[in-house]
Amino acid sequence: MRMGDEREVIGRLLPLALSLAVLQAAVRFKDEADLAKRLRARDPQVMSTLYERYGGLAYSLIFRVVRDAAVAEDLVQETFLRVWNRAQSFDEQRGALGPWILTVARNRAIDYLRSADGRMTASPLDLDRLENPALFAQLEDKAFSIDRSRRLKAAFVKLTEQQRTVIELAYFEGLSQTEMADRMQQPLGTVKTWVRTALKALREELTGAVVV
Amino acid sequence: MSCEDLKDAFELYLLGLAEADERQEIDAHLARGCETCRKNLNDALGLNAVMLASVPNAPPRSRLKRRILAGFGVKPAGWGWLGALAAALMLVIALWLSIQERRRASELADARQNLIRVSVERDRLAQVFNFLNQPGTRQVNFGGAQPQPPRGNVFVNDRLGVLLIAGSLPRLASGKTFEMWVIPKGGAPRPAGLFQSNDGSAMYLLSGPVDIASLGAVAVSVEPEQGSPAPTTTPIIVAAL
Repeated sequence: MRMGDEREVIGRLLPLALSLAVLQAAVRFKDEADLAKRLRARDPQVMSTLYERYGGLAYSLIFRVVRDAAVAEDLVQETFLRVWNRAQSFDEQRGALGPWILTVARNRAIDYLRSADGRMTASPLDLDRLENPALFAQLEDKAFSIDRSRRLKAAFVKLTEQQRTVIELAYFEGLSQTEMADRMQQPLGTVKTWVRTALKALREELTGAVVV
Repeated sequence: MSCEDLKDAFELYLLGLAEADERQEIDAHLARGCETCRKNLNDALGLNAVMLASVPNAPPRSRLKRRILAGFGVKPAGWGWLGALAAALMLVIALWLSIQERRRASELADARQNLIRVSVERDRLAQVFNFLNQPGTRQVNFGGAQPQPPRGNVFVNDRLGVLLIAGSLPRLASGKTFEMWVIPKGGAPRPAGLFQSNDGSAMYLLSGPVDIASLGAVAVSVEPEQGSPAPTTTPIIVAAL
């Protein structure tokens, strides 16, 4: 096949591939909306599908934080119970279930970790507010796309060791910047700079902006 | 604080880790419907979601699903058909075992019947041999001079009774049987028992003491299957003592 022919074939296939991707996204979005609708209608059978889709991810996240299988199982159960109880205020047309469920899972794990460590927990009211399904309204359902995940991993590898450390301490150990400074025995201002620059780099990688 | 000042604080805000002043400022911006901050919040939600989903895969134990769904009164689907299949297979196996058991029980009953039959036959033969071996047993041949069967022997013993061994007996019509008679000298025939032939042969023993001196003959006739008090047909065997 000549170079010109290849370009012609690609030119014809590309719109088709894009259409399929758009169609796939539309189907998935509709599927998520149906799930959310059934969840709001308190259909218990939906929990099976929800667990199939997000149970493994929620467990992996919680296990990453607490490092104990039995505790992780308890917390996954608590997560799904909380999702069930709070689904009434979830916007089935606009909200993304996955990010919300992962947030609930992460908060359960961090709450457990801080209680077990005897650290001051974030106020229950604050956690409650941060898990409010209304926060997740208008969030596009592309949060878990393979492309975004790949780009984030690539950006994470580019961070300095200190930047990677503070990001992991924030997301998976729930340490505030002051606590990070104590743990790492670094000035608070330095830690804040690491956190800010790391988040900026990751965010801009995901949104496609150029890091200056 | 301006929206630009808050731009890098949204991820920590959503993780519950923002400084108090930043948290209050973000709350205030969102409360008054700040579009820029709402967009920054969405970007931060997206970044947090990918970060949280990037953890290494650690598959939970399969029982976790059952446990969680049980909390909602839901039975896990998917492998339910396997249970139904297993139940159906168990039912088929149980049915097959039941049939086999019934067949085996029937065979066992048949075998037991055969054993009983053989045992009875053995006892009867032992009785006959004992009868024949007794010194006081007297043998009378019958039918030898006749051109037509049946033929055979009658054995008498005053302590043990009368033994008839006959061959070439005629085939009986339905509802008929052979009946043996003991006929005293100068007296009328007395019923001595009913018997059937086996392929034309028969061996019949009338047990009990018998007065040989007064016994004139032993006869056999064909009678109705319930037997008769006196012969109703001409005897086919007459063994005169």
